[in-house]
Amino acid sequence: MTTAATDQPRRRRFRVSRRVLPYLLSLPALLTCIGILIPFLTAVIYSLQRYRLSQPWARQFNWGENYLNFFTDPAFWNTLKVSVTYAFLTVTVELLLGLGIALLLQKRTRTNNFISIMLLMPLMTAPALAALMWKLMTNPGFGILSYFATLLGIQDFNWASDPQTAMLTVVIVDVWVYTPFIMILLLAGLRSLPPQPFEAAALDGVPRWFVFWRITLPMLTPFLLTATLFRVIESIQQFDIIYAMTQGGPGDTLTVFQVEAYLNFFQSTNVGRSAALLMILWAITYVLSNIFIKNWLRLREKQRGNA
Amino acid sequence: METTSPVERLLRGIAITLVCLFFMFPIVWIVLMSFQTNETILRVPPSVIFVPTLENYTALITGKLETQAGTLDIDFMGNLWNSLFLSTTSVAIGLILGVPAAYAFARLKFRGSEDIAFTLLSFRFAPPLLVLLPLTIYFQQLGLANTYGGLIWVYQLIVLPLILWIVRGYFEDIPADIEYAYRIAGHDFWSTFRRIALPLAGPGIAAAGLLSFIFAWNNFVFALVLASADKQPVTVGALAFVTASGIQYGQVAAGIVLSIAPTFALALYAQRYLVEGLSLGAVKG
Repeated sequence: MTTAATDQPRRRRFRVSRRVLPYLLSLPALLTCIGILIPFLTAVIYSLQRYRLSQPWARQFNWGENYLNFFTDPAFWNTLKVSVTYAFLTVTVELLLGLGIALLLQKRTRTNNFISIMLLMPLMTAPALAALMWKLMTNPGFGILSYFATLLGIQDFNWASDPQTAMLTVVIVDVWVYTPFIMILLLAGLRSLPPQPFEAAALDGVPRWFVFWRITLPMLTPFLLTATLFRVIESIQQFDIIYAMTQGGPGDTLTVFQVEAYLNFFQSTNVGRSAALLMILWAITYVLSNIFIKNWLRLREKQRGNA
Repeated sequence: METTSPVERLLRGIAITLVCLFFMFPIVWIVLMSFQTNETILRVPPSVIFVPTLENYTALITGKLETQAGTLDIDFMGNLWNSLFLSTTSVAIGLILGVPAAYAFARLKFRGSEDIAFTLLSFRFAPPLLVLLPLTIYFQQLGLANTYGGLIWVYQLIVLPLILWIVRGYFEDIPADIEYAYRIAGHDFWSTFRRIALPLAGPGIAAAGLLSFIFAWNNFVFALVLASADKQPVTVGALAFVTASGIQYGQVAAGIVLSIAPTFALALYAQRYLVEGLSLGAVKG
């Protein structure tokens, strides 16, 4: 009698808290979601307005005009071209280099593990600071790399301050920072492959290039795909390296999406155009990141199944 | 596969040397620069033989920079402190808020949980300026512009999704039966979480904490847009320092060394967690 009386309310309290508990625990995540969604929706509204910080009185909805103007705006096409070129060059080089290094370090030896940890250091460097480091090294007056260029017989190689070589310079910095990321992902992938197919191939005396193209590469594809998508999403949004190195210059050679949007907002105070640019960039990354997330979750499930 | 010819071993050796040279040289060179006076830096041809000096570091630590034009006050130590304070506080708050939430996402399937998780994850890949530019205007209206509180709040946008997704994966890996058994033994939800789930997900929490600290420390654009000089972390401060100091290259190099040293030390100290965290929990083992 007494036990039943005390049991009843306790169980009820438990049931109520059980229903509320998950929401209580995930409240911060929920709030962050809202904290992101409000500025995001604000940006959508900005992108549909004629809105200059210097002329707040002229602020009004012009609906799709900011977007329509892009079609006839050479600066926009330049931004698109520069961003895609940057993403393509960086990711291609990083993928090839990262795969090469991962294959070199594949065997679990002490030296290889040591080297792979050392190679992570560029990735630990803040991209903005990495750009500064390379700026010091490519200084026309005393930069060691400028000196190497003259040793190779190239006079007045101006790296980032020459429109001809500015892209090359920032791509090198990006490759320096992010290749280790691809390397570490592919190395983990390579080392997680089941050994049986390789043992069988070795027994049969299959040539190694054949093993690489027919066994290693196909089995590594999910990892390659994940790494590539992840890097493309980040690379097409690159801001830190380019802004720290040249602020988008010289001229408009390096005005990628985020740099152009930043300059639009803070220098020409054209909020509407800036927001519209970012919305287009968002649309691109949204499509890519959805593919990425699905691919990544599938890979994760598969890894779990293996373990 | 095991039989390697000497030629091949030589080629391998050369390739690895070249790789190490490309990735290590900039760091070594900047460290060397930081121990040189401006005169030795400006020598042509450059040379690795010089008398090391600590004057760049003392100038940064005392905050007094001697130039031809006179003494210049620099607050690089302030920047370093800002980085430390912002990153540590953001990660601490991120862990306190994020770990229980990750547990809720992993264990208690509830309505909307997948939607929230996906929204967070997909915004992790959205352009940061898209959120930041409207925020600058909101922050001015709310009085949060250029405050530590405002910055730490915004840093949660980097820290929380990372913690949520990495830690959630680790919680999901714990067999639920262990927790049920402990619950049946008469323990309540809270102590099950504390005594069973938390310790078992320990490595994941460490990896997430470490990685989000490094991300927060290395962040550039958030503070560039939202903080003015006295609240700026090293990433933004170093860039301003380059413009302010003109040709004091030795000090710039020393500043870079001081700014990257903490993340390097952390990475070396906790390399195992780092590798696990970096592969986003995608590849374990």
